[in-house]
Amino acid sequence: MNFGFIVQSLPLYWKAAQLTLTISVWAIALSLLVGFLCSLAIYYRVRVLKSIVKVYIEFSRNTPSLIQLFFLYYGLTQIGLKLEAELCAVAGLTFLGGSYMAEAFRSGLEAVGKTQIESGLSIGLSRAQLVRYVIFPQAFSVSMPALEANAIFLMKETSIVSAVALPDLMFVAKDLIGMYYSTTEALTLLVLFYLLLLLPVSLLLSALERKVRYGQFGN
Amino acid sequence: MEKDILLEIKQLHKSYDDRTVLDGIDLQVHKGEVVVILGPSGCGKSTLLRCINGLEPIQSGEISLDGQSISSAGTQWHLVRQKIGMVFQSYDLFPHITILENILLGPLKVQKRSREEARRQAETLLERIGLLDRKNAYPRQLSGGQKQRVAIVRALCMNPEVMLFDEVTAALDPEMVREVLDVMLGLAKQGMTMVIVTHEMGFARAVADKVVFIDEGKIVEESNAELFFTDPKTDRAKQFLNIFNFDEEKG
Repeated sequence: MNFGFIVQSLPLYWKAAQLTLTISVWAIALSLLVGFLCSLAIYYRVRVLKSIVKVYIEFSRNTPSLIQLFFLYYGLTQIGLKLEAELCAVAGLTFLGGSYMAEAFRSGLEAVGKTQIESGLSIGLSRAQLVRYVIFPQAFSVSMPALEANAIFLMKETSIVSAVALPDLMFVAKDLIGMYYSTTEALTLLVLFYLLLLLPVSLLLSALERKVRYGQFGN
Repeated sequence: MEKDILLEIKQLHKSYDDRTVLDGIDLQVHKGEVVVILGPSGCGKSTLLRCINGLEPIQSGEISLDGQSISSAGTQWHLVRQKIGMVFQSYDLFPHITILENILLGPLKVQKRSREEARRQAETLLERIGLLDRKNAYPRQLSGGQKQRVAIVRALCMNPEVMLFDEVTAALDPEMVREVLDVMLGLAKQGMTMVIVTHEMGFARAVADKVVFIDEGKIVEESNAELFFTDPKTDRAKQFLNIFNFDEEKG
């Protein structure tokens, strides 16, 4: 182990970790939004929109994320659309994550039984109140574990953005290996930094899950 | 029965696609009356209750509550349903909130009553069914019979004008049936207007003012409860009642 190299590289990794985190936060937030809206279109069977959403979901889940990103970054320049690398990264990851989040939300919504809905209607709840007080709380707690897993998945998936020349953790590691051949050190640092980013998020989400699911289910 | 008509159904038709479920039902329920609807499985009795509460659209006919039609296209169901309490076979308490919050959801969010006042009523009702000490429990911590009693209280706390009971003991273990039926008998004594679909014949006889016997979507027989059980007029009703009489035949 070349400890001098490690100490010297730390600031580079630290800076890259911030970029990885920033992209992750944006991608997760936007994926949740896109996924949520898509799941509503499916759940409420909104005409036309529902079909579009279904095509999108299949497209997104059955093509490699790296190729989706390449397409956005290099493919679209052909039609005169040139996106900033950061924007491209966030858009690409949202395109990917949105479909996974949509499926997670949808499974939660569908888990709320018809009798729950009728029971809510029978005490005079309006459609909007029914959604707010009966459907969403139950749906959300069913979806929670899947949403969590998707968030972690997206954070790890940010490692592909190095392919469009964004200086994230993966990019820095590859760069350092190329320049100094300190492969073991560079990769060890890479693993540690991802762990450093993901472990707290994992623990935080688990705690949140316990809170959300408390008092839930089981007749 | 000289009291006012609370609920009136005229020539109600209900069908799913081309299958007729209710075929010209006429029914009057007076204030304070307990009407029990009997009939074989699939005869349409549960569907009738669901039509009254707007959970099923009807094809033709008229339903009115307090003289106001509630079957027209522009019916404000969330307003009407506050006057019609309904209890289902599968209780359907909301699993994510406590017993007390289950009961208070309607009074607070729909009727916009003050929390203090609604809570007082909820606690009085819970005390009456002996479950006040469980008010902060979640539904999953209660037995089936307890859950069903809470479901009754949840409907009652809206101060409805009429209560609909759709086979509320059908999903319960036998030893829990009694506790639920006792609550309903208590309600009848207090003069609550009730429409009850049940298969508990002994209970039906004890609680009903009027029995309506439905078969294949039509009212076959409608009479005073005592008369129906001791001297049914139609063959179909006799046949139906005989099914429940195997104890007597054996002994």
